[in-house]
Amino acid sequence: MSKWDRLKAVPMPKQPIHIRIRNFDEVALGYNEEQALMEAERCLQCANPQCVLGCPVEIDIPGFIKLLRDGNFREAILKIKEKNNLPAICGRVCPQEDQCQKNCLLSKRGDPVQIGRLERFLADWEREHGVEIPEKLPSTGKRIAVIGAGPAGLTAAGDLAKLGHEIVIFESLHEPGGVLTYGIPEFRLPKRIVQAEINYIEKLGVVIKTDTLIGRLYTIPELLRDEDFDAVFIGTGAGPPIFMGIRGENLSGIYSANEFLIRVNLMRSYLFPKWDTPIKVGDKVAVIGAGNVAMDASRCALRLGAKEAHVVYRRSRAEMPARKEEVENAEEEGVIFDFLTLPIAYYGDEKGWVKRMECVKMQLSEPDESGRRRPAPIKGSNFFMDIDTSIVAIGRRPNPLIQQTTPGLKVAEDGTIIVDEKMRTSIDGVYAGGDIVTGEATVISAMGAGKKAAKSIHEYLTKKI
Amino acid sequence: MYKIVEKREIAPRIKLLKVFASEIAKKAQPGQFVILRVDERGERFPLTLADWNKEDGTITLVFLEVGVSTRKLGELGKNEVILDILGPLGNPTEVRNYGVVCVVGGGVGIAAAYPVARALKEAGNKVVSIIGARTAELLIFEEEMMMFSDEFYVSTDDGTKGYKGFVSDVLKILIQKGHRFDLIYAVGPAVMMRAVAEVTRPCKVKTVVSLNPIMVDAMGMCGACRVTVGGKTRFACVDGPEFDAHDVDFGELIRRQMAFLSEEKMALECWEANKRSKEA
Ligand SMILES: Cc1cc2nc3c(=O)[nH]c(=O)nc-3n(C[C@H](O)[C@H](O)[C@H](O)COP(=O)(O)OP(=O)(O)OC[C@H]3O[C@@H](n4cnc5c(N)ncnc54)[C@H](O)[C@@H]3O)c2cc1C
Ligand SMILES: Cc1cc2nc3c(=O)[nH]c(=O)nc-3n(C[C@H](O)[C@H](O)[C@H](O)COP(=O)(O)OP(=O)(O)OC[C@H]3O[C@@H](n4cnc5c(N)ncnc54)[C@H](O)[C@@H]3O)c2cc1C
Ligand code: SF4
Ligand code: FES
Repeated sequence: MSKWDRLKAVPMPKQPIHIRIRNFDEVALGYNEEQALMEAERCLQCANPQCVLGCPVEIDIPGFIKLLRDGNFREAILKIKEKNNLPAICGRVCPQEDQCQKNCLLSKRGDPVQIGRLERFLADWEREHGVEIPEKLPSTGKRIAVIGAGPAGLTAAGDLAKLGHEIVIFESLHEPGGVLTYGIPEFRLPKRIVQAEINYIEKLGVVIKTDTLIGRLYTIPELLRDEDFDAVFIGTGAGPPIFMGIRGENLSGIYSANEFLIRVNLMRSYLFPKWDTPIKVGDKVAVIGAGNVAMDASRCALRLGAKEAHVVYRRSRAEMPARKEEVENAEEEGVIFDFLTLPIAYYGDEKGWVKRMECVKMQLSEPDESGRRRPAPIKGSNFFMDIDTSIVAIGRRPNPLIQQTTPGLKVAEDGTIIVDEKMRTSIDGVYAGGDIVTGEATVISAMGAGKKAAKSIHEYLTKKI
Repeated sequence: MYKIVEKREIAPRIKLLKVFASEIAKKAQPGQFVILRVDERGERFPLTLADWNKEDGTITLVFLEVGVSTRKLGELGKNEVILDILGPLGNPTEVRNYGVVCVVGGGVGIAAAYPVARALKEAGNKVVSIIGARTAELLIFEEEMMMFSDEFYVSTDDGTKGYKGFVSDVLKILIQKGHRFDLIYAVGPAVMMRAVAEVTRPCKVKTVVSLNPIMVDAMGMCGACRVTVGGKTRFACVDGPEFDAHDVDFGELIRRQMAFLSEEKMALECWEANKRSKEA
């Protein structure tokens, strides 16, 4: 173990690169107790902690770090759970480098305290040592329907169940978890971690009904009128993938990132043919876009046997929206980054399978008023890339079915549901939160929205008596 | 979990299942489908609702055993369960009184045509039905279709029953003989729907087809089912499955249906080998 240095973070153990690119097991292995204590020791216990201001749900960060340092792991995780229902997940996937850790005093002179890794350590410790199921308040006799079992819905459901309400979550897919289950790959967020959180919520008495598409099987007015629900929370998230609308984009071998990741994660096609859902990647894969989704897709492609995976991005490295840690992981694993490159057409073989991608090189303008540098194509810079697969990861729109089937629900132009500061929609008793309200965002913001909505729904239902 | 309450083999390799799924039965409408997963390792694949019964809470599925998923489903017996069924999915058929409608069903698609023919008949239309299959023993749902048809035609590719040829040939003859239709509805293999579209294109009769691309989630989140209709990309699971036949790029549909052909073949070989070794 290296010498302790206040300015240097304790490194996170990871699976060696040459091994991990052959499996779907978790890459980051987590701190052991000694490493966690060493990292916790670095915290200055600031009187005016800036880290907390960077946390979307305002976890008492120095508070839990102090408890951890004192060896009081149980109290430390409970401190986190006062604000965060899903610490094992957030500790793994939150963009801490843009949130709490960005503000950490230590980051001025060295590495910030690795708050996310400590959060993960405590959550994993708790899972191994037994999770305490909190006392539920006496039953209120109120029933709430939660639509969507992603982080927003699961959080709202958990909080409301603790307050004594009866909760049913309706989830359209065959497994709960939302993006945590169907989108984020096993090697970044193991399914058993998500499953453990879901088990916990079920232990609180929440009923999860999968295979239930609200809007088709029941509409929201039917839930309120015929199915005896007193309130509804909508957490349906983002869905329909955006395509570029360029020539040849419907050739076989061109997937949306959502299709690719649903096949791989939800349907376990990396285990094909033991599992039934097929996937085909070929030798050379282009992934269009440079967010977390693109990193996940390119890293999956390598694990599925692609010889080359390119991230093709129309801006430059500095503008990449993906988490830094994930970009580093992708680079270590051999993902190639083609910056300032925009696909403009695809060409296929006689069977309709994609074979070539035509691109143009881009240049960035001077920063405009908003400080953003716009990419523009360089004339005559067209070139071709031979590819076997393309994965389009340029964003997703809000799932539209609820909006289409709920008369009177106010919806913004971009398809998101409009709510007020209490997460109330335009319909009495109907609340919404997460990606369906904000557009694609983060796990922690969806979880925060679920918490906020739970609080408002509770107020609404108790006032109504 | 959805219990199978009745199982019948209605033609070689074509099976009919009645499954208890009361919530779906309550909401089902003609033209809609479900997506199912037979077991834990199964893939999600769509089947059209061939019938439903609000009273006893059952839905009817009719399918041709082609690959692993449909073979696995075909192995399930009465009182066994299907792990997941999601539905009803897709936009229902626009049922109203058009006047004279022609309902064309090919192969296992006849079962999918049946609830549409019934609804169109009940809406007051004169229904002319044309059903066809490769050979006589593969013809299904004849009596059911006949019950809701004012005129009824059969074709087989090999001439073992009815007209020798394709359903689209029968349609062409009817049109040539002066039959006038206000709507044509066709469901079956993509090549058959394309042939129907070509027959009706010159006379510009509104022709609706129910498309069957590969689907994964079937709720609009993946785009596996994308089809080009009128030059625009549409997701068949949520924007369809029915589209104006004259706008559909059938060539693309057919190519996309074959995207995983070698994987499907390999999977079937593995599954059969596995089955043999289990039986041994
Ligand atoms: C590949 C990928 C990687 C990501 N990586 C990160 C990351 O590293 N860090 C991070 O913070 N964020 C990440 N995100 C974003 C994050 O996952 C989302 O912001 C978050 O999951 C949103 O939560 P939600 O509960 O609002 O919606 P979702 O997680 O999308 O859940 C919505 C659920 O509702 C269900 N549903 C939809 N419509 C209906 C209906 N009509 N009836 C019933 N159920 C319905 C859906 O099936 C789904 O399960 C990533 C996203 C993707 C796609
Ligand atoms: C809306 C819709 C309704 C359908 N209704 C019926 C029906 O009522 N009866 C019936 O017999 N068939 C129906 N089909 C077709 C049925 O879904 C396929 O036959 C089935 O998925 C084949 O799977 P398999 O594993 O048995 O065969 P495989 O060997 O895997 O595939 C055989 C062929 O089926 C198609 N296929 C494979 N996987 C899928 C998938 N996930 N989704 C869609 N197609 C796929 C492909 O074109 C493939 O080449 C319908 C398809 C759609 C899209
Ligand atoms: S800002 Fe950094 S050093 Fe200060 S309390 Fe927060 S984690 Fe500790
Ligand atoms: S099957 Fe996924 S969008 Fe249609």
